[in-house]
Amino acid sequence: MGSLRVGLRSVLPFLVGVPILWLLNGRLPEYLEYGLMVALIDVILAVSLNVVNGFTGQFSLGHAGFMAVGAYTATKITLAMRGVALLGLPAGLSDQVVFLGALVAGMITAAAIGFLVGMPSLRLRGDYLAIVTLGFNEIIRVIIENTPFLGQATGISGLPRRTNLVWVGAGAIATIVMARRLLGSTHGRALLAIREDEVAAEAMGVDTTGYKVRAFVISSAFAGLAGGLLVHLIQLCTPKSFTFIKSIEVVVMVVLGGMGSITGSVIAALGLRGAVEYLREAQQYRMVVYSVLLIVLMLTRPTGIFGTRELWDWLPKFQLPGRRRADEGGHP
Amino acid sequence: MTEFLQHLVNGLSVGTIYALIALGYTMVYGVLKLINFAHGDVYMVGAFAGFYLSHALGIDENPSLAKAGVVFVGSMAICATLGVVIERFAYRPLRHRPRLTALITAIGVSFLLEYGFQLPAVVGAGSGTPFPPGPTPRFFPEPFPRVDYEPLGVHISNYDVVSLLTAIGLMFALQYIVYRTKFGTSMRAVSFDSSVAGLMGINVNRVITWTFALGSALAAAAAVLVAGSRPTINPLMGLFPGIKAFVAAVFGGIGNVPGAMVGGLVLGLAEEYVAGYALSSYRDGIAFALLILVLLFKPTGLFGATRAEKV
Amino acid sequence: MSTPVLDARKVTMQFGGLKALADFDLTLEKGELVGMIGPNGAGKTTAFNAITGVYPPTAGEVFVSGEKVNGHRPFQICMKGVARTFQNIRLFKELTALDNVRVACHHGRIAGFTSSFLRTRHFLDDEARITKRADDFLAVMGLTHRRDELAKSLPYGEQRRLEIARALASGPKLLCLDEPAAGMNASEKVALMELIRKIRDDFGLAILVIEHDMRVVMGVSERLVVLDHGVTISRGKPEQVRKDPKVIEAYLGDSYLEEKHIAVPPGGAK
Repeated sequence: MGSLRVGLRSVLPFLVGVPILWLLNGRLPEYLEYGLMVALIDVILAVSLNVVNGFTGQFSLGHAGFMAVGAYTATKITLAMRGVALLGLPAGLSDQVVFLGALVAGMITAAAIGFLVGMPSLRLRGDYLAIVTLGFNEIIRVIIENTPFLGQATGISGLPRRTNLVWVGAGAIATIVMARRLLGSTHGRALLAIREDEVAAEAMGVDTTGYKVRAFVISSAFAGLAGGLLVHLIQLCTPKSFTFIKSIEVVVMVVLGGMGSITGSVIAALGLRGAVEYLREAQQYRMVVYSVLLIVLMLTRPTGIFGTRELWDWLPKFQLPGRRRADEGGHP
Repeated sequence: MTEFLQHLVNGLSVGTIYALIALGYTMVYGVLKLINFAHGDVYMVGAFAGFYLSHALGIDENPSLAKAGVVFVGSMAICATLGVVIERFAYRPLRHRPRLTALITAIGVSFLLEYGFQLPAVVGAGSGTPFPPGPTPRFFPEPFPRVDYEPLGVHISNYDVVSLLTAIGLMFALQYIVYRTKFGTSMRAVSFDSSVAGLMGINVNRVITWTFALGSALAAAAAVLVAGSRPTINPLMGLFPGIKAFVAAVFGGIGNVPGAMVGGLVLGLAEEYVAGYALSSYRDGIAFALLILVLLFKPTGLFGATRAEKV
Repeated sequence: MSTPVLDARKVTMQFGGLKALADFDLTLEKGELVGMIGPNGAGKTTAFNAITGVYPPTAGEVFVSGEKVNGHRPFQICMKGVARTFQNIRLFKELTALDNVRVACHHGRIAGFTSSFLRTRHFLDDEARITKRADDFLAVMGLTHRRDELAKSLPYGEQRRLEIARALASGPKLLCLDEPAAGMNASEKVALMELIRKIRDDFGLAILVIEHDMRVVMGVSERLVVLDHGVTISRGKPEQVRKDPKVIEAYLGDSYLEEKHIAVPPGGAK
């Protein structure tokens, strides 16, 4: 009985969210739905990066590289399985199952590469991780541009449009739920401890290197998910979508929202994407405004909009246990 | 044999440029422990400063060695000022904040320069020298006529010779400054421990300001020297040289001045030889491969030393 | 003769040209309360760092409950039963007092990542167990009223107590306290002394204390080890050590000894 209740609670966000997305799917104006999907992909990127940069206090600058790994993996699978009816299922359903498989495969390969990159580099001092991840991002790009199998610089086109609001929404929900559950668990606390004081965390029994790698792997996996979703939306898989500029854009979202705040990442991702779309005409000014915003933000409010606060800090019912703040007072 | 020598010459040419830029990164990291992401863009500004100065002096019509000298020194001065301004307004207020904050600000400054220079012209629109210059590439005018030599079958121009000699001269000058002058000692003291250096009577702010000025001036010098042989300039030209020079600095041991010079030369030569003999399209990736190798086997770089944290 | 909780043999720590610790020997049995004193820079914290694995010793060996631990990573040594506090308090500032202690309860057989994502029964039970354990240790140190406050907002004395609570929560056999009384007033120090004894009695730990306040360390320790410039210059019961001329010289200098006409035996501290 107890485990059944737990099981239901663990998938509750999906049981609520997915039907809502299903209803909205295809009913919104084209440009709005497209913009919303791109924004939700940014949400997945920002929240997943927050796990490494915000929770664990490391500085990864190569998120787009893991996007690329997931994207290309997923692409190769969907293209290979095109026209193949899986297990005799009707075409529509078969495509969806293949897509799910492709996304999951993308996440797995991205996680594996995350492990390979993270293992040696997370032992190094903070600044070095930034350098290594930046370097990795560029190496991936160079490798892709020189490999015919991966479509080289022009990329792979003609991808089927599999991404829709339900998929992206479910992905975003999964990422947010993952982050929140991580935060409210002993593993999440271990990550926060590493951020706060790595020496002390290690002295208290936390395997700091092991945890940093784990955070990195999880973060990379979800970046891979975002990559897979993106290429099946724009129907093109090219290295231009995964430059280090993209990585930096994700870092900006995380910093703007507040490193360590899931709510902050979500709002910053949605807000920034919204602003970009709104300022579409003033495209050339967009990056200048971006950079000025970044500088002013760092000078005035480096903890970002939300700092480490969360939306659910104000909704006691949804709070994570033991997370009440000093200013709210009260005790059990 | 000729090919080998050609690569050697090209490698040294490009390597000395990387070295000059790398010096800026390494000196700033030494005194501030900050990776100045905007440094590659200061290099770019140096190229444009030279561009505007050249046109102001009318070099394209009446080229002369004297004017070339003015352009060279002038753009170094302009970039030195830029470096000082950036430090004063973007980095100094964050001196006591976590380093990540300053790092992100540096990224902001970098973007600001790159995209600010791509904005539509505010001054001089429609002329040959609008400001901001916009995204279209501009041509850097030739300060003196180009002469090509071919000793031992190796292609080398007078530009290459001038560039090499000037770069080496600047590096020697810097070596002298860092190791033989009072300023250099102050700079090294601040790199080692800035609070103690301050207690010893060193004006830390002034040292940092001058470090930025020096590093930025060298980047401008590099840009002007490059513009001789590669005259197209555009607002994003600092991106790749910047990253590669940074890798060179890390390779030599970030914070270590001779290390940056060695790193730059090694990178330049590695790029030339690997791209020349093996896979030319992987040229850009060589820098990063070098980076990964260094970080895997000797993260502190060739001449770097580990700093133990006091617990 | 049971296995000693701690057995450090000829531990040496060399940083470049500086020998911070030379041939350090120390054995602690279960339940012993030992104090480590010496002037600033004597190598006391270095000894802690060598024992807890923060720096691997340049030479020598460290055994915890009979197992060799030098060269292991600090978190492994912690799991073998060594916990410590720090000279400059190293709390997780942005975390609550409860969370600070819960981090120390992290090791052992806990539900993995997947279980935490799925929120299985196993995971929820573990969380409850960890929270209860953390609450218990907060109560032991009298910090229950600060449970949900951020560590950085606690008053200084309570921060020190929180660090001890955190160290205790990791379930150690050996507790290393680095200047626990620093910054406290007289009455707080008396309370701390009682607390240290109580912890030793209730939890059966061996406790190693670095302290500068002579009253605290003499009052609490059953025996002392005195370091100066990395070298052990004296050891023994507090009454003996306080009269040892080498110790007096180390703290007060040889001019004091001359003034008081105290002879320094051959092979003195310098």
